[in-house]
Amino acid sequence: MDRLINKENVSRRMTGRILLNLIFKVLFLLATMFGLFVLGVLLYRIFTQGIGSLSMDFFTNFASRKPEEAGIKAALTGTIWLMGVVTPVTLILGVGTSLYLEEYAPKNKMTTFIQINISNLAGVPSIVFGLLGLTIFVRAFAMGQSVLAAGLTMSLLILPVIIVAGQEAIRGVPKDLRAASYAMGATKWQTIVRVVLPAAIPGIITGAILALSRAIGETAPLVVVGIPMFIAFLPKTIFDTFTVLPMQIYNWTSRPQEEFQAVAAAGIIVLMVLLISMNSVAVLIRNKFQKRY
Amino acid sequence: MAVNHGSEQSIQKMIFEKKQQKNKRWNVEKIIPFLLLITAAISVLTTVGIVLTLVFETFTFFERVSIIEFFTADKWYPFSATAASYGIMPLIVGTLKIAFIAALVAVPIGLASAIYLSEYASEKARRIIKPLLEILAGVPTIVYGFFALTFVTPLLRDLFPGLEIFNALSPGIVVGIMIIPMIASLSEDAMSSVPRSIREGAYAMGATKFETAIKVILPAALSGIIASVVLALSRAIGETMIVSVAGGSTPSMNMDVTSSIQTMTSYIVQVSTGDAGFGTTIYYSIYAVGMTLFVFTLLMNILAQFISRKFREEY
Amino acid sequence: MNAVLTKEKQQDSHGRNESLTQKEKVYETKGLNLWYGETQALKNINLDIYQNEVTAIIGPSGCGKSTYIKTLNRMSELVPSVRTSGTIAYRGRNILDKSYKAEDLRTQVGMVFQKPNPFPKSIYENVAYGPKIHGIKNKKLLNEIVEKSLRGAAIWDEVKDRLHENAYGLSGGQQQRLCIARCLAIEPDVILMDEPTSALDPISTLKVEELVQELKKDFSIIIVTHNMQQAARISDRTAFFLNGEVIEFDETNTIFSKPNDQRTEDYITGRFG
Repeated sequence: MDRLINKENVSRRMTGRILLNLIFKVLFLLATMFGLFVLGVLLYRIFTQGIGSLSMDFFTNFASRKPEEAGIKAALTGTIWLMGVVTPVTLILGVGTSLYLEEYAPKNKMTTFIQINISNLAGVPSIVFGLLGLTIFVRAFAMGQSVLAAGLTMSLLILPVIIVAGQEAIRGVPKDLRAASYAMGATKWQTIVRVVLPAAIPGIITGAILALSRAIGETAPLVVVGIPMFIAFLPKTIFDTFTVLPMQIYNWTSRPQEEFQAVAAAGIIVLMVLLISMNSVAVLIRNKFQKRY
Repeated sequence: MAVNHGSEQSIQKMIFEKKQQKNKRWNVEKIIPFLLLITAAISVLTTVGIVLTLVFETFTFFERVSIIEFFTADKWYPFSATAASYGIMPLIVGTLKIAFIAALVAVPIGLASAIYLSEYASEKARRIIKPLLEILAGVPTIVYGFFALTFVTPLLRDLFPGLEIFNALSPGIVVGIMIIPMIASLSEDAMSSVPRSIREGAYAMGATKFETAIKVILPAALSGIIASVVLALSRAIGETMIVSVAGGSTPSMNMDVTSSIQTMTSYIVQVSTGDAGFGTTIYYSIYAVGMTLFVFTLLMNILAQFISRKFREEY
Repeated sequence: MNAVLTKEKQQDSHGRNESLTQKEKVYETKGLNLWYGETQALKNINLDIYQNEVTAIIGPSGCGKSTYIKTLNRMSELVPSVRTSGTIAYRGRNILDKSYKAEDLRTQVGMVFQKPNPFPKSIYENVAYGPKIHGIKNKKLLNEIVEKSLRGAAIWDEVKDRLHENAYGLSGGQQQRLCIARCLAIEPDVILMDEPTSALDPISTLKVEELVQELKKDFSIIIVTHNMQQAARISDRTAFFLNGEVIEFDETNTIFSKPNDQRTEDYITGRFG
């Protein structure tokens, strides 16, 4: 057979090609490491900038004009209050929606529309949710700059995240489990409450934690809703005004005095510790329950 | 036997009685789907609410400012008492500058990470790297903003002495860093879903991993990759806090990245934190800007969905 | 033990079929062991492959036949936890040696897989892919290679008018012959076929079998098959694998008419597997 390919040439080029592969493997690895490197630098910088301002007083003081007296009492409490509204609202709406879509929804245009709507909602910039909250909750429903108005705004913002996570978790429950429950004469709702939900709960919790951690770190919608940044009292009900950690950090960051940067960094340390622990819990739950079926 | 039979009977009987007794169960079975449908309707209502809010308030704005001025004027001076000008172009230019710089950073690095994770990394390496990238994706934007202002900007000013304190470069780069995990993880998903057998076909001909990745896997996953980039850029366009903290508040039409800019989002923040009262033209302007931003991101999201659906390869 | 047995058999057959044994050896496998993690998949394999022959590897599923053929072009090492010992000499050089580049080996040893796996590209690009990565840029030469390979795989007449259409538009049998053409395009020395007809209908299977007969004039072919009739129809020699060992390796006629080992006989008469 006559050869069209010169095997010697092929062989000669091989070393170069393998070298090229090696070079790019290293480049791709470096690119992957770049993201992690920046994360490292960011955490290190913030730690060294902020650690000096972290003290017990930092947690028990209100915001102050003097950087050395400034604290996060109002902001941290406010963040907890905000979560108090966001957690139940998103869990009920999110799990409800994912149950409807996975267990009840007929396969028709309406369902497709809801599904497309949810994925588009996930892509709406958070600041636009702020405009919604400002117009509907703060003004139309006259809730003012309250925990409730901010909480509802934030709930709508993270709703798509928790719906998608819930749907995946519910879809992951094997059909056999449902069939076994039906075969014993259980009704649909009994099956959902006693079989489907318990099996889907790890996935739902993981999704919920990740969604809530997004809500804890969000600033933009609250800026638009008009949540104050400088406050020296604590909310007593969900109708009171308040502030949260990211708002407080934003306020300190935008001040010209150098000293406030250290205070901002200290606030960020608290925020990041909160978020990374939530994230780790979510990852732990996910890894623990990943391969059960 | 007789005893067994008897007990079976009584269990059946107990179940029957219980069912009778709980006849309301039928009501529960009917009410629940309805309640769940209502929760699902909330997400639709949210979209309706967003659209109506933006449309109505934007309409009010256009009663005061001509829509032609809004889209054609090249100056955004809302705060000028004597010669206020509402031309959104400078805000769009500022926004696109950020998106462009972010893309320059995030597309190559995100794609390279995706290729590494999908084609080269061992299962063990993937298990370590992916959660770390998730943390990077979960860093709040205000923290990135702080990082841009207090670390990246001073660093860049050492390199380029002409750089202003507020500029497009630093927040652009940091927005890029923020969207790296998004491009990396969505593109990795697209590449991982190319079947193993196709990779094997290439390896079996003596292709290196690099050649397989670039000439076979990348083209095969292209629609998913482009969709991931479009989605990430839509995120960059809507990003608020990084640009508000580090970008400044000077709307400008020039192509300079070293001076202060204003984006659509940072304008909304500027008005929200300022003292423009309810009902003023400035107040309504944030809705017109928000509407423009919403349309931009919506179109990009629809484009991304279109690309990934239309050009999806069936393996 | 097996090696000795095979040797004796070859000496036996020497008188009967001189041409078969005098051929040059392409592969010499000596004492090959392979583990996936803790599980040993191949045990002390000794096997020679001869030039311009079709060597069939048969055996029940899980016997290691696919694993063995994948070590011949080192595709086996793509599984992370794999370990090997022993030697496989290809044209006299041990391919299990670290200094032997897998890519180099695979330009000499082509492979056709169980399920057709064309790239999501055009028919032309599928065939041109190999030559292109091996550095051939000349358009005219590429066209020539593509035509020759498609002709070689007996699919040219079916696709010559739609070379630039997506390969996924072809039928399963056509896709598999396209994959054979893709493999021919790098002008290999050996072609490995891992159950190439298991996903095909009987007519496509027949076409591929005829093709194999044609190809052995130019190539050495090793084919894994779960179909004993296929092995009997198309191969010159047959190896019977069981539980990771070579039970018997001989001329196909001998294996199917008077096997030496009871287990071989049980298998080919359909008593298990």
